[in-house]
Amino acid sequence: MSDFQIKKSSTVYDAIIVGSGAGGGMAAYVLANAGQKVLMLEAGQYFDPRIDAQQMKWPWESPRRGAGTTRPFGDFDASYGGWQLDGEPYTTKDKTEFEWFRSRMLGGRTNHWGRISLRMGPIDFKPTDGLTDPWPITYADVKPFYDKVDRMIGIYGTAEGIENEPDGIFMKPPKPRLNELFIKKGAEKAGVRVITGRGAVMTEEIKGNKDRAPCFYCGQCGRSCKVYGDFSSSSCLVIPAVNTGNLTVITDAMVREVITDKDGTAKGVSYVNRKDLQEYQVNAKLVILGASACESARILLNSKSSQHPNGLANNSGVVGKYLHDSTGASVSGFLPQLLDRKRYNEDGVGSVHIYSPWWLDNKKLDFPRGYHIEYGGGMRMPSYGFGGGVSTMNGMVPDRNGKMKEAGGYGASLKDDYRRFYGTGVGMAGRGTAIAREDNYCEIDPNVVDRFGIPVLRFHYKWAKEEILQAKHMQETFLSIMKEMDAVVTSKIEGPETNYGLEAPGKIIHEVGTIRMGDDPKKSALNKYCQAHDCKNLFVVDAGPFVQQGDKNATWTILALAMRTAEYILAEKKKQNI
Amino acid sequence: MNRRDSLKAIGLTALTTTVLLEACKQPATDTAAATTKTEKEAGREQWETERDEKLKSETFFTKHEMATITVLANIIIPKDGVSGSASDAKVPEFIEFIVKDMPEHQIPMRGGLKWLDIQCFNRYEKPFVEASTKEQISIVDEIAYPKKAKPEMQAGVSFFNRMRSLTASGFYTTEMGVKDIGYVGNVPNQWPGVPDDVLKQYGMENVKV
Repeated sequence: MSDFQIKKSSTVYDAIIVGSGAGGGMAAYVLANAGQKVLMLEAGQYFDPRIDAQQMKWPWESPRRGAGTTRPFGDFDASYGGWQLDGEPYTTKDKTEFEWFRSRMLGGRTNHWGRISLRMGPIDFKPTDGLTDPWPITYADVKPFYDKVDRMIGIYGTAEGIENEPDGIFMKPPKPRLNELFIKKGAEKAGVRVITGRGAVMTEEIKGNKDRAPCFYCGQCGRSCKVYGDFSSSSCLVIPAVNTGNLTVITDAMVREVITDKDGTAKGVSYVNRKDLQEYQVNAKLVILGASACESARILLNSKSSQHPNGLANNSGVVGKYLHDSTGASVSGFLPQLLDRKRYNEDGVGSVHIYSPWWLDNKKLDFPRGYHIEYGGGMRMPSYGFGGGVSTMNGMVPDRNGKMKEAGGYGASLKDDYRRFYGTGVGMAGRGTAIAREDNYCEIDPNVVDRFGIPVLRFHYKWAKEEILQAKHMQETFLSIMKEMDAVVTSKIEGPETNYGLEAPGKIIHEVGTIRMGDDPKKSALNKYCQAHDCKNLFVVDAGPFVQQGDKNATWTILALAMRTAEYILAEKKKQNI
Repeated sequence: MNRRDSLKAIGLTALTTTVLLEACKQPATDTAAATTKTEKEAGREQWETERDEKLKSETFFTKHEMATITVLANIIIPKDGVSGSASDAKVPEFIEFIVKDMPEHQIPMRGGLKWLDIQCFNRYEKPFVEASTKEQISIVDEIAYPKKAKPEMQAGVSFFNRMRSLTASGFYTTEMGVKDIGYVGNVPNQWPGVPDDVLKQYGMENVKV
């Protein structure tokens, strides 16, 4: 007799949510607080920053001193995952490249993200250059939800009145660090505007919220926060939603597909338990996907039935297409003025203290759209790799006696150089708009399954001249800022042979657009409320619905859209439309 | 949560951990806690903990190699008026671990150590650890300055670059090294901005963002 069986639950939930990141977490929070009985399936394991954050650990508490051997962003980074997961491959096609980062844990990638929280602006929703499709919604449609997210989660920043960089409801921002003042001065000379950063870090208490405490300035948001002082979906949305008594979370639940009825409506989800490999089927009145842009597309494409032969919500054939990440390129070096600088604690917050929103007019440029600049540097906690550049840098500037010395060395004089150069580092990275293209996509690889037997994604992604010219512009701008601030560049000067240092697609971990929304069911998978055109009780709340991402990091928009979708669901249920 | 509670929350004493565990309701899961060989460490995946334990139980370098690494590490970072030497900070032990953690270091390190011994043997008819300090330094001087090193010493330069990087990584990530370099963060505090005397030192009093 075969042991194989599928455990079917007789409970019918009001909703099943797949994924516990920003989108899934927000949908769960809104629905559970409205009294809906919700089941959340998370492919990874349980994670509560209060217990599991590696925050406040010293480098010597890691045998590899914080190196990224098992976690790409270092041993203390709050990510159970990475670019490659054991037993869960993905493939690429036609010698193109795509790097896919997955976090298998409650809260997903929101546990370790940079907390840089930018609203998309009016022009991002309705581009004026005609190059990409407009969203079916405007900034005015989303603004009330951005506002609510600001109040609920907490964000610092300053009101600047920049049209396409809309202001939010801001808490007090952190003051700039010393190297950031040098950046401000140098960037202005180079014609680049620098403003206060915008980050999802609570710098003030939120009235009525007893679970979260304000930031205490350790600068370690990437490790997630034990006092819930920054935004992670786990700490701010999922765990509070569980506490309402209306949300049940099942971890280690890897979803295979959405099950549909004979009439084509979604009736549940099948999943495999990652630990014991048992098969389950759970049912609900509606299904909400928030597994991430690519993982949700994978689930839809794998959910084939006689009603949905092309995959669920895919009569249009657009699912998987228009995949786009942000562009990224960077430059780094050091500020000789800061040699032998005074020591003090400048950890600050773990998100950015300053940044440069896009500042130019495309009419005068050879590429469309734009990018913002994020800056780094300062007296950071030492970790693996510390001092690696000192034996090069000590040959680039005169010593204390004004004499040049030979790069390299050892002994007392090298030890002195490590002290001398500490905290002089400065760097900048661009994050720009990549064009959403039909020909950049993910699809099901017909030949490959993962260790659960689920067909995997195959990516096809190529940068085009728009992105490459943008990266070239980034390099020129960064070098000119570095020059104006009298910094010494130590990173490699990137040219056309490396696409001007343009990172591989996926590397910025802002991938969106695979389940796009639109008014026309022939050209889009979802309507403007992220409801499937072909399946009325199916919704998507991650970055899949994005039509075209601006140069703004995606999370704040995911949160706003997920809240909007959840409220729409509640309203439609009231009207008995779903 | 008030400030006192939040400070408590970031402490990791047994007492506060218990308080926290009680304070945080765990969501219901269908999954029974798996029985595992090693105890689950908060915030780490089981396979990470098991991998660390396995690496720690293995030995890569021979006694002779470790002795050579110790001599070299102390040449790179010697004791001075501010802090101790590389071996005082257990840098050789760190290097032993890291080459198992990152196997790409293994051949360059083992081969580099051998290269060094052969160089030393050809010149002084003894391995590096048995050479006098003066003899050791005469070889180090030829591989510690990449730009002026002779072409035939390039292999030694590559090895010394690696050795120097690993030594710095190992030293400045210890309590001794962090104190030496003057990193004073990683404590709950407020961030009032750059101190006034520092602003003045750099003429940044009037720069505002």
